[in-house]
Amino acid sequence: MPKITINNKVIDFQDGMTVMQACELADVEIPRFCYHDKLSIAGNCRMCLVEMEKSPKPIASCAMPAADGMNIKTNTELVKKARQGVMEFLLINHPLDCPICDQGGECDLQDQALHYGFDKSRYEENKRAVKNKYMGPLVSTIMTRCIHCTRCVRFSTEIAGVDDIGLLGRGENAEITTYLEKTIESELSGNVIDLCPVGALTNKPYAFQSRPWELKKTESVDVFDGMGASIRIDSKGKNVLRVLPRLNEEINEEWINDKTRFAIDGLSRQRLDKPYIKINNKLEATSWDSALKLVASEIKKRGAENTSAFSGKFSDIESLYSAKNFLNLLNSEFYDCRFDNTQFVAGHRSSYLFNSSIQKIDEADAILIIGSNPKWEAAVLNSRIRKAYLNNNCEIALIGPKINLTYKYTHLSNDISYLNNILNEKSDFLEHLKNAKNPLMLIGSSAINYNDGIEILKICAEICNKFNIVNESENGFNILNQNISRVGALDIGFYSKNFDRDFNGSLTQHIKNTNPVVFLLGLDEINLSSLKDSFIIYIGHHGDEGANVADIILPSPAFPEKTSTFVNIEGRVLQTTKCFNPIGESKEEWKIFRALSQEFSEQLKFNNLKELRQEIVKKFPHLNQLNTLPDKSEVNFAKSHIIDNNEIEYNIKNFYMTDSISRASVNMANCTKEILNRVA
Amino acid sequence: MLKKEDKIFKNLYGEDDWSLPGALKRGIWNNTKDLISMGSENIIEEIKKSDLRGRGGAGFPAGLKWSFMPKDSGKPHYLIVNADESEPGTCKDREILRNDPHLLLEGCLIAGFAMHAHTCYIYIRGEYYNESSNLQKAIDEAYKSNLIGKNACGTNWDFDIFLHRGAGAYICGEETALLESLEGKKGQPRLKPPFPAGSGLYGCPSTVTNVETIAVAPTILRRGANWFSSLGNPKNTGTKIFSISGHVNNPCNVEEEMGIPLKKLIETHAGGVIGGWDNLLAVIPGGASVPLIPKSICDTVKMDFDSLKEVQSGLGTAAVIVMNKSTDIVEAIARLSHFYKHESCGQCTPCREGTGWMYRMMNKMIKGNIENNDIDKLLDVTKQIEGHTICALGDAAAWPIQGLMRHFRSEVERRINENISKREVA
Repeated sequence: MPKITINNKVIDFQDGMTVMQACELADVEIPRFCYHDKLSIAGNCRMCLVEMEKSPKPIASCAMPAADGMNIKTNTELVKKARQGVMEFLLINHPLDCPICDQGGECDLQDQALHYGFDKSRYEENKRAVKNKYMGPLVSTIMTRCIHCTRCVRFSTEIAGVDDIGLLGRGENAEITTYLEKTIESELSGNVIDLCPVGALTNKPYAFQSRPWELKKTESVDVFDGMGASIRIDSKGKNVLRVLPRLNEEINEEWINDKTRFAIDGLSRQRLDKPYIKINNKLEATSWDSALKLVASEIKKRGAENTSAFSGKFSDIESLYSAKNFLNLLNSEFYDCRFDNTQFVAGHRSSYLFNSSIQKIDEADAILIIGSNPKWEAAVLNSRIRKAYLNNNCEIALIGPKINLTYKYTHLSNDISYLNNILNEKSDFLEHLKNAKNPLMLIGSSAINYNDGIEILKICAEICNKFNIVNESENGFNILNQNISRVGALDIGFYSKNFDRDFNGSLTQHIKNTNPVVFLLGLDEINLSSLKDSFIIYIGHHGDEGANVADIILPSPAFPEKTSTFVNIEGRVLQTTKCFNPIGESKEEWKIFRALSQEFSEQLKFNNLKELRQEIVKKFPHLNQLNTLPDKSEVNFAKSHIIDNNEIEYNIKNFYMTDSISRASVNMANCTKEILNRVA
Repeated sequence: MLKKEDKIFKNLYGEDDWSLPGALKRGIWNNTKDLISMGSENIIEEIKKSDLRGRGGAGFPAGLKWSFMPKDSGKPHYLIVNADESEPGTCKDREILRNDPHLLLEGCLIAGFAMHAHTCYIYIRGEYYNESSNLQKAIDEAYKSNLIGKNACGTNWDFDIFLHRGAGAYICGEETALLESLEGKKGQPRLKPPFPAGSGLYGCPSTVTNVETIAVAPTILRRGANWFSSLGNPKNTGTKIFSISGHVNNPCNVEEEMGIPLKKLIETHAGGVIGGWDNLLAVIPGGASVPLIPKSICDTVKMDFDSLKEVQSGLGTAAVIVMNKSTDIVEAIARLSHFYKHESCGQCTPCREGTGWMYRMMNKMIKGNIENNDIDKLLDVTKQIEGHTICALGDAAAWPIQGLMRHFRSEVERRINENISKREVA
């Protein structure tokens, strides 16, 4: 291993490291503004200057490759002077308006000025003022504060794949801008707020809301898509004020999408805080006791064995398990999670998992996307595909309508039946698949929500086997589920044969035949008119469409208000953390079902969350393994068929409003209006 | 004085025909094939032996620079000629470009061959419109006569030359900013390493060279390294075009031997300082970027890289800016500060923020409208910029001010004190 001397300490480093990384190995802190792990090196802030033996000038440690035998000094007078000098230059035109700046308290410039700067200013000229730029409804700008580190420019061009931010002008007139002051059209735009080392780009909805030290910081997991990104929820009282990403190399790196970050204002709107009963077609508040009594009597009246439950996008394992077991006590098996009719092959976990793992996308050199718009279904995952495209010259092909994915791809067809061509080797893209070392297949819900979705899955598996996408060491057969609830629900068997292949059809039939009591676990995204003849109990947190048609509403906590277990698209078990107590009188779903079971001959056995989890883990031992990837699973359900013609239609029509929380969010409504040019 | 037969630029003043027939008459493209047949290593060896130093300003040994190009990289190699001559006071390349373009083109072929490049880009300053049209015509002539292009000069070496016009940014004369600009990006200098010889234009091995350096190469090969190194002083050999401007009776470009005494240069070729030698105040000997030298040094200093370095200045582009006693020296340097503030690319902090600060302080100094200790503050700011930036523009902005304070601090102090007493009276 090569060696480098840092402040007279000799350490080993790996080839390819920069001097700055080597310094970090030696526990020597190097101040920086423009350098960021995940972005290309710009070397323009000059804060990281260090002294190198035999070099007359100090060097920028972020950009200089470390070499064997180098002698680096970071604690000399020269380095100190250089840092002071750069710090002074950065501050002369900085407004120093920390008292009214949202970045105050978590500002790199503030912190480093304290450590490395002068204690007073020598600048007697007028400071430069820069006009603020419009960057859309999410990012607020105070451009006079900008120190031109260009992190935002590099993020948007490299990671987000949009050219909306750039640097115009030169010299002291250089300005970061969105050129024609248009909105940043990216689902990842909010990340520039975290990247900005000063208060130039800040969170618009959060403006002047709070100081960082006033916030309660809770480490949790994102629930707005299937990835389960690591997040930190900052709350004050019972308000979530902001959401920030946590570093998690395996899932979201350092990014989260704008829905995760900004839809949280929906948490304090349209909330269901009390139980309601519909009397004379009008919902009236009631007590938990009378509501539960009425539910029990309706179940008994309408036939317990037909009682049904359908889960929504945020249903956690605890809710699903208690709902399922409650129905089982009533001898009913009418429950399902596949409201969007996405099919899977029963008995095969690999038929609904993202088997390769999210991180493996980085190594991919050929990706076949089938019926998915990853940019909207998992925006952060899409940035990984872009990374593979940039770094590995990854060849990408799409079956489905043409869309902008931020990278170049070959458009194969709009029709799912193109799979027949691939299987029969009548496709140009096969060349790339065959030559690839790490090929992946990515199947979206929109490809397998047909009646023959199971056959489509099987032919996809066949293609994977045939073209080495699945082999002994790798499994590149990937399903991209759209919500955080789905994989867990399928894992614990929250589905029923009765609703296979044609969810809407069989649901309508079932309701028509039996007029049952139907539990909607926060489910709003089905054709609610088919539930007309049933007695609807909506258990959820938002007054969305499901609550509108409900006969009884039972309020339950939203995701920051309870600890929940989820399984993400990869089959990784994740647990969220409670930030504060539930709003109003809402109660966790498992408590509701536990209390309801009291009205019947047999009761659910758990009495608290701990007992419930123990019971779940006993039945499903794999749910005990938090945060780990499941072992590689087999794809042994392959079968070739001829697939019928069917034009693919993506089932997400608006990225910003996919669920009850984001539909209640003003921020998301603004995005819909400004970015998608639609009326929310 | 340089003998007529030792002059390399025989049509410096455009008295002769610049186009191909004239060039052929002057011996250009004469035995290019023979020169190429020396082989790449011998060419570079000969250039090394001649001790030719780069004429763009930094004075890096040219042969050494050419030898940095890898022998076999598997990638295309590029020769890039830096004709973005924008250094204030400098107009030497311009004369080559418009009056003797074939000299440059022949040099391109030879240098390109020596560094295994089949492609050459000439990046010419946007304002040089007439020069670029002459050069383009010369390129077309050369293609037509098969001097360049496929099997250039019958040497079996394919060589293409493309002319690219800049858009008026001084910073694009910095070699890596030039590469960025050539690639179609914003002209901002790159971090080094990697150096262009390893990863330059489009990530391929590239060498960026000044027009004059390339243009003298064929003559060196024809007449031999010994001839070239016999001119001038050791390590500062050959001839050099000096651009003499300012307060002289006859501003001019002139090719002279390296190391010619400054006084002799001005008196013989530029008709002397206006008002006589004793009326001289100071000289900026190498274009705006180098520190000025006062008359006392001008009396004796020789015009070459090392002699000027000894007096804490530099030869730079050998653009001699002469200022006689009618000059407001502070205002003159303040004007240069304005230039650097205007031309800073804005990429790195010290230059972006510092050039403006220096200019504003310099501007106040013209009228002495500051405090005495501000001189030290200004010098401290120049030190904070110098050596801390990505490219040399920061240094270039700092040096003129340092030169001013080194030699004319008393003048600045006088103005300040005068101003202070005026303020007190008021």
